[in-house]
Amino acid sequence: MPKPILTIKNLTKIYGQNVIFQNLNLTVNEGDTVVIIGPSGTGKSTLLRCINLLTRPNEGQIWLDDLEITAKGTDEDQVRQHIGMVFQNFLLFNHLTALGNVKLGLTKVKKMSEEEATKKAMHELSRVGLADRANHYPGQLSGGQQQRVGIARALAMDPRVMLFDEPTSALDPELIGEVLEVMRKLALDGMTMVVVTHEMGFAREVADRIVFMEKGHIVEEGSPDEMFNHPKFDRTREFLWKITELYGKKEKEAE
Amino acid sequence: MLTWLGYFGRFGQNFLRGAGVTLELTAVGLAIGFVLGLLLALARSYGSKWLQRAAGAYIAVFRGTPLLVQLFIIYYGLPELGIAFSQTVAAYLALGLNSAAYQAEYLRGSINAIGAAQMEAGRSIGLSKWQTIGYVILPQALRLALPSWSNEPISLLKTTAIVFLIAVQDLMAEGRRAATTTFDFVGIYLAVAVVYLVMVFALDALLKFLERKTAIPGMDIETRR
Repeated sequence: MPKPILTIKNLTKIYGQNVIFQNLNLTVNEGDTVVIIGPSGTGKSTLLRCINLLTRPNEGQIWLDDLEITAKGTDEDQVRQHIGMVFQNFLLFNHLTALGNVKLGLTKVKKMSEEEATKKAMHELSRVGLADRANHYPGQLSGGQQQRVGIARALAMDPRVMLFDEPTSALDPELIGEVLEVMRKLALDGMTMVVVTHEMGFAREVADRIVFMEKGHIVEEGSPDEMFNHPKFDRTREFLWKITELYGKKEKEAE
Repeated sequence: MLTWLGYFGRFGQNFLRGAGVTLELTAVGLAIGFVLGLLLALARSYGSKWLQRAAGAYIAVFRGTPLLVQLFIIYYGLPELGIAFSQTVAAYLALGLNSAAYQAEYLRGSINAIGAAQMEAGRSIGLSKWQTIGYVILPQALRLALPSWSNEPISLLKTTAIVFLIAVQDLMAEGRRAATTTFDFVGIYLAVAVVYLVMVFALDALLKFLERKTAIPGMDIETRR
């Protein structure tokens, strides 16, 4: 019996007059990788930001395990520890080394001792293959390396679920592979992940479920096989065809 | 020329004592201004509406009126309300309160430049708002502010000269005394100017050193997005 980690019910987010999404429902089960795809401006990133409470939904509920995190009086800082976030622009702490970036949450949030935190942080850095870059500052790392440090920083908090907000969109084509490789490994290790991406290769190979979102609605969701080979809606087929073609070309150019 | 150089021998002790007072005034004024300026900048960037307005009003008033007027209000005006300070304390206060307004503006600019994104990154790993400000925003914002903030110590050092008007015995006051002894106003004030210049050069070198020392490897001064 699959155990839901994230349950989203009737979620609505409105900015001023702008309805970003309305009555959105989504469940993410333990160990699953859910890939959210769709045209830009359809509320995919806003959804992720709602999940870790960086922005508050107008209506609806979100549960993390059995805890309703959208309830009034929830300790946001407590909740965010358990929800890892990887940003499109990496957003590393530029004044800290790779090690310092991963350690900060361990010493200041988890209150680990210096020694314990260093050990744990080094372990996370080796998981993303960057143990040898521990003492480099973000400005001395490539974009791909920075993003891997970003992943290690989120992993270090031992989150229940990891959110990825277009983690490879800001990267040069030749650096995308190393980040996707780390994510693939994470998925195999059983990490629960929600990934917003345009990387269709990754979606097809790694996703347990693909969710196609457009204009604030979930149009269709299903396994990669269902979505790529037998989509129920024309709109899904159209979008997948277009984006695979587009990114396929880009990949060829990069070679 | 020889007479002029002779001034440094004849009044050397006095100039040194005065320069010492000038440096003290600069250091204390800068320190008060930094602490208060940082609080003002934080209030403006992260405070409640009410705090933001109060901080904004403070900055507008202290940047918008002459330091000399502020000094005279503190030294001559406040005693009428029963609050009296010694000359030195009045000077510290006036310089500090005034410098705070300018330092707040330098710091606020760089806090805003570091921006909301770094705040989100900090919050995303479970840091609280004030932890993120303390461990993520300020370490970067202070470094970013340093090159432009460096104007403030230098400008303050020269500005301290006005406190001789309330009879604080700083370098300017010593110069004035020496000038009225020798009646060589040009010569003496030139000598005083040279002492100021030496202090400014030394301070400038110190600030440049600080800038190099705190630079983040691999990072230009500009923020990145």
